[in-house]
Amino acid sequence: MSTPLVEAVETVEAPDAPARRRRGWRSPSFLVGAALLLAVLALALVSLLWSPYGLDHTDPTARLAGPSPQHWAGTDRLGRDQFTQLMLGARTAMWIGLASVAVAFVIGVPLGLLAAAAGRLAENAVVGVIDIVIAFPTLLLAMLLVTVYGASTAVAISAIGIGVSAEVARLTRISASRVFTQDYVLAARTCGTGPLMILVRHVLPNIWHTLLVQAALAFGVAVIAEASLSYLGLGTPPPAPSWGRMLQEAQSTVSVAPWNVLLPGLAVAVTVVGVNLLGDGLREVLDPQLRQERQAGER
Amino acid sequence: MLSYLIRRVAWLIGSLFVAGSAVFFLLRVLPGDPAVTLLAVGSSPDQIDAIRHQLGTDRPVLAQYGHWLGDLATGNLGDSLFTQLPVLDQIAGRLPVTVPLALSAFVLSIIVAVPIGVFAAVRRRGLLGVAVSTLAQLGIALPIFWVGIMVVWLVAVQWRALPPGGFPRTGWQDPGAAIQSLVLPVATLTIAQGSVLVRYVRSATLDVLSQEYVRTARSLGYSLPRALWRHGPRNGAATVVQILGILLASSLLGTVVIESVFALPGLGSLLLASVKARDLPIVQGTVFLMTATVLVVGLVVDVVQRLVDPRLRGSA
Amino acid sequence: MTVLETTGLTITLDGQPLVRDVSLSLAARDRVGLIGESGSGKSLTALALLGLLPPGMRTSGRILIDGEDHLGAPDRRWRRVRGRTVSIVFQEPLTALDPLMPVGRQIAGPLRLHQGLNRSDAERRAIEWCDRVHLPDPARLVRALPHELSGGQRQRVALAMALACRPRVLIADEPTTALDVTVQAQILTLLDELIEETGVGLLFISHDLPVVAGLARHLLVMRTGRLVESGPVDDVLRRPRSGYARQLVASAAQVTRLARPSVHGEYR
Ligand SMILES: Nc1ncnc2c1ncn2[C@@H]1O[C@H](COP(=O)(O)OP(=O)(O)OP(=O)(O)O)[C@@H](O)[C@H]1O
Ligand SMILES: [Mg+2]
Repeated sequence: MSTPLVEAVETVEAPDAPARRRRGWRSPSFLVGAALLLAVLALALVSLLWSPYGLDHTDPTARLAGPSPQHWAGTDRLGRDQFTQLMLGARTAMWIGLASVAVAFVIGVPLGLLAAAAGRLAENAVVGVIDIVIAFPTLLLAMLLVTVYGASTAVAISAIGIGVSAEVARLTRISASRVFTQDYVLAARTCGTGPLMILVRHVLPNIWHTLLVQAALAFGVAVIAEASLSYLGLGTPPPAPSWGRMLQEAQSTVSVAPWNVLLPGLAVAVTVVGVNLLGDGLREVLDPQLRQERQAGER
Repeated sequence: MLSYLIRRVAWLIGSLFVAGSAVFFLLRVLPGDPAVTLLAVGSSPDQIDAIRHQLGTDRPVLAQYGHWLGDLATGNLGDSLFTQLPVLDQIAGRLPVTVPLALSAFVLSIIVAVPIGVFAAVRRRGLLGVAVSTLAQLGIALPIFWVGIMVVWLVAVQWRALPPGGFPRTGWQDPGAAIQSLVLPVATLTIAQGSVLVRYVRSATLDVLSQEYVRTARSLGYSLPRALWRHGPRNGAATVVQILGILLASSLLGTVVIESVFALPGLGSLLLASVKARDLPIVQGTVFLMTATVLVVGLVVDVVQRLVDPRLRGSA
Repeated sequence: MTVLETTGLTITLDGQPLVRDVSLSLAARDRVGLIGESGSGKSLTALALLGLLPPGMRTSGRILIDGEDHLGAPDRRWRRVRGRTVSIVFQEPLTALDPLMPVGRQIAGPLRLHQGLNRSDAERRAIEWCDRVHLPDPARLVRALPHELSGGQRQRVALAMALACRPRVLIADEPTTALDVTVQAQILTLLDELIEETGVGLLFISHDLPVVAGLARHLLVMRTGRLVESGPVDDVLRRPRSGYARQLVASAAQVTRLARPSVHGEYR
């Protein structure tokens, strides 16, 4: 779960590849990623209206049953329907993922912009803080908070949000300061344009796509973090279902009911792979802009 | 170099100070009384006062803060709320499990992932290269504990080849048994860390491959692998050192989850058990030590980077 | 004897031709200039002659090296001629050199690769080559890193690397464009001296007519991927046949009237 965001890993992808860009939204990674993510999202949304069984419905006659027409994904050792749990778990994952990314951006983006816009001293200070927060991984932060406040959804969201915000701030600072040193921004500054105006007119339009890709990757990190926290018993407390806790409960019965382990793990993987592909796809789609910016940055 | 080292160490001390303060303020200044939350409902006021006294929360915040920093500086992390044993001793008792686990996974993932990552870059258009990158991407997307459970199911339950978890009571007195019980945890952590490393190494290699000096080498008759061998190590070293720093830190943190999957009595399970028992001194002590380790690794990374890249040496 | 010859060389990317039907030939002691505007396909042609085009580009036609067709040959066969029969010097000497390898070892590398010299012999030859390209204090300089050298010195190192294994043809792709004018003149003088000494055939690529004319005897003019003119330098300068060559000559004449280019020698 402390997997660092594999940011910029693919930007050097094909330096020697001729300019043969797949244009528009037809990029395969974008399409596959969007499809995977939409499937999970659909599960989560449908669960608001309907699920095969109720949340606390148990079927004592069918404990640890394999997949069947009654229980599409089998049941756990209490006889709870696993498909229902998966659907509701999707809801938890999506909600905590989105909320954490929101927290991360609300903290990280202004911090990064501040660092880029401010003078050297403030920049160093903010960079220092970012470094320390990066050294302070989400998991440890969550453990600190849970010790004092007990496990809750809010604590999970805050811990993941703060943990991810450091990476968001770092990236925002780097891409924003690249814009700040551009000639046209310098020109605007000499003409007396205020910093806020520069931010709105020049910086944000130039970095939003980088941030969008980052948001996708951060969502994946948040989903894995949420699953890890619930697996350790530090996430959303019962009865709200979560993929991580499903895995924790299924671990003890893995010898008789391995499918109970398989499905929640796949659910996490599908979500994360989906969102990573979506990020790659977005990068490809937005590439012309990114490339121009990169070339401009090299000058 | 010396003045850089001095500045960098000063920076580290500053960071440790900030990290220590963060741990303190997160726990004390935010609303809520730790003493109350730490105890079960219905405790007597006397009990609460006793806990307050032990935590020092009956003193003014600034005095507490000064005390905490002073303790940190002298290497005193306090005593456990429940066993009353010094936190440092408890942590030391867990290291024989956690350190071998983290270090061997770290070393193994380097041995496995670096060649694979280079291969994936050189053959990025080939079927095998694409397959390797895809597997690595999957390895990053899968939760590490899920990988652990599947490994247990396959190796311990299906094949009955190794114990599914636990660690011998006698510790390293029986090295054979100790090593046996670490094989699966190390393998799991290696899969997780290795996947991340494959991606980083692949991207660092692609970066070197795209450089003009590689084209120069080829124009002089070097084959692509030989050109990579000639220029890759020295030019990739700085990046790789940085990656290894991240990897070492995340191997250490990965042990928290891994030890939970395999029921290993290491630092991670100490931390987790203390979180659940709300043993505040152990939690903050362990968290601080782990964070400090990450920061120290960062320092080592920066210094080594300077040593391997002479271009960095001249600049400030 | 002809070392390098292409006939009907065409380079396409996704079916789009970038270079069309280029034919040229080079023997030892030849001095051929290839001139054309930016993006006309000069560099692609040069890379094709060494089999180093970016992946995805397709070639057709013939590339004869010592009479053997190398077009589409496996890398193994190309490696036998690269650096030994045909060498290239690139435009940007800073990025073309490994920033972290002492320049002496960069020159020594090909000698060890092709001639099987041991390390100390190869280093000694590298020092000799530094001397031949007039680098100051060669014994000390071989231990320097590229960023510790000036731009002109780096290009001298690149020349030493390219010539170390005694190729019979040297391709120079705008080797002086990244340098300032006085240094440019020094490098051109050096290049002139080296090709006289070694008898290497030269394909000199540039978009600067006075520079090419100062060094080459035969001139090729390229435009949008095609050769539009080919002939002895004098003929092309006096009687340019294509409209584009006329333009080039006219604008160069204007510049020379303002200031004689600091190229050594005169138009031949
Ligand atoms: N890697 C590449 N991918 C796609 N197109 C390319 C690539 N390299 C070159 N081209 C295209 O091929 C054409 C010829 O390029 P080339 O580099 O040979 O020009 P040039 O004559 O060397 O120009 P210059 O004087 O600027 O160096 C250009 O239109 C360019 O856009
Ligand atoms: Mg060119």
